[in-house]
Amino acid sequence: MEPKTLFDKIWDSHVVQSVENGPDILFIDRHFIHEVTSPQAFNGLRKRGISVLMPERTLATADHNIPTKDQDKPIKDELSRNQVDRLTENCRENGIEYFGLNHSSNGIVHVIGPELGYTRPGMTIVCGDSHTSTHGAFGAVAFGIGTSEVEMVLATQCILQPRPGKMRITVNGSLGKGVSAKDVIMYIISRISTGGATGYFVEYAGSVIRGLSMEGRMTVCNMSIEMGARGGLIAPDDTTMKYLRDLPSFPEGFSPDFLHGQWNDFQSDPGAVFDRELEFDGSLIRPMITYGTNPGMGMAIDDSIPRINDIKAEDTASFLKSLDYMGFEPGMKLLGHPVDYVFVGSCTNGRIEDLREFARIVRGKKKAAGINALIVPGSKAVERQAVSEGIDIILREAGFELRQPGCSSCLAMNEDKIPAGKYAVSTTNRNFEGRQGPGARTLLASPLVAAAAAITGQITDPREFII
Amino acid sequence: MPKEKFVLLESTCVPLPFENIDTDQIIPARFLSATSREGFGENLFRDWRYDKSGQIKADFVLNNPAFGGKILVTGKNFGSGSSREHAVWAIYDYGFRAVVSSFFADIFRNNALNNGLLPVVVPEKFLEKLLRLIGSDPFQKVSIDLENQVISVIPDGDAVQFDINPYKKECLLKGLDDIDYLLSRKDLIIAFESSK
Repeated sequence: MEPKTLFDKIWDSHVVQSVENGPDILFIDRHFIHEVTSPQAFNGLRKRGISVLMPERTLATADHNIPTKDQDKPIKDELSRNQVDRLTENCRENGIEYFGLNHSSNGIVHVIGPELGYTRPGMTIVCGDSHTSTHGAFGAVAFGIGTSEVEMVLATQCILQPRPGKMRITVNGSLGKGVSAKDVIMYIISRISTGGATGYFVEYAGSVIRGLSMEGRMTVCNMSIEMGARGGLIAPDDTTMKYLRDLPSFPEGFSPDFLHGQWNDFQSDPGAVFDRELEFDGSLIRPMITYGTNPGMGMAIDDSIPRINDIKAEDTASFLKSLDYMGFEPGMKLLGHPVDYVFVGSCTNGRIEDLREFARIVRGKKKAAGINALIVPGSKAVERQAVSEGIDIILREAGFELRQPGCSSCLAMNEDKIPAGKYAVSTTNRNFEGRQGPGARTLLASPLVAAAAAITGQITDPREFII
Repeated sequence: MPKEKFVLLESTCVPLPFENIDTDQIIPARFLSATSREGFGENLFRDWRYDKSGQIKADFVLNNPAFGGKILVTGKNFGSGSSREHAVWAIYDYGFRAVVSSFFADIFRNNALNNGLLPVVVPEKFLEKLLRLIGSDPFQKVSIDLENQVISVIPDGDAVQFDINPYKKECLLKGLDDIDYLLSRKDLIIAFESSK
């Protein structure tokens, strides 16, 4: 038999039918929905006079536009409240499981899927959210879709989708101190650019990837979309199995031991051919930070912003427009640059390990004067875990406060906005213009870099704080 | 449900010569709280069209009365970032029916095709030339012929072929809907699930 990639094994086993000269009809095991990209899809079903075909395969949460304080009170913003109410009604009408605001399982869709056992190796998973790639950390084919496709999946449990190309990114070597999964993926994106993996589904491999925890792997897969990839995935291994075995429960009476007999189904065969292969040396990666307005505009924290001569002629206009927005100059160093806000959270870095990393640095220190900090857990479960580990106390003693879960300032649909012109070190995924509020200037980084900025009030190399 | 057809489009163009334009620029997240598909055109490129106080930014192309038309021509990697289909709804609602670039982000391209907005991928050289041409002459018309997959500067300028998936082409030419297509195969899908 021809050697196959992990991606092809999963994809092929889900093809209901191939359309002649067209896309595949791909069966979707798991569909996640949230309040922002689903209401128009349910309206569409109503217009067609049909209901959800397999409601037990869809799971809903409210995360994108909700406040991260006083969640027990009604949402103040009328449009946001209406959107959440619509989701609640749509789920009730269609028999869809819904973890709404104040539910003990509520949280960011890509944080709760894995922690509640809904995300599993070998699955096809979609959601009307580009960071659905996060679930690929478990060896699943997971990708973001638009609202028309949400309607398609609700109506038929399938999606019409052309098969993407296959890319493998291998990161070998080992990581230095203070270098985390976030730095690994930001490094890769900075090397291949924000559109560098467009048209491909990426498999991550190599000793550095193998050495990451499940949380770290989720961070890496999460940002696959930031280099344009359709998704990213990592073959499951003992780390995956341990994570699954430690989960309190699974829906559908699933047991992780079930996976053991099919282990070969979840690996790329030796000799499997990828359309594109890239390899990086992990020992060259330093803590990263972005200086521009797309995630490809990143550099090691102690480097300088590129000079005009380093930029291709056709990219110069976009480069200068970007630096102008950020208030930076070509060739400038960022170490020591003042910071106004620090945001820790999101589907990229809102898991327990991220809060632990942040707490590790700020423990016994004080928040710098003038720093506004937003520390937002990714889910209720993460919040509970943080409290049980005393992280909330460490934060409070250092002058920080743990808020309630949600997407929050990552896309600033709620009131957690960064004011115009202010600099925010964010553990999120996008530094686009206005992403964290109109005129906000976002610097993407790891939780360690965010912590170092929070206690010094400026861009600081976190390695100074790690013994 | 039948959709609007796309066969032939002849129009002037709006040049937007920047790269990596993400969907947060096309429609900022703070406008995503609506529950219908209509009305997003009003806030298309909101923060590039208006300043903080809501005043028009005169130097942005959509605010330049010289430029108009149903074709948006833009730099590479258009539509990157968030999967929000609202970006496509905003572009369509504003009046565009095609976007031309040297490449599109995958999710944006799918969303566009699902809404009758044609993403036309052209070689970088052609794009550069087209941007220069329409930038200097707002009256220059361009034709997009989906049947023959040709985009041309009319009446007698450069022309190039563009690719499109044959299934998607058929859907656009005839105004067919993916969900109708899948619903016609519902039994097959249910049988597939039972066999899993």
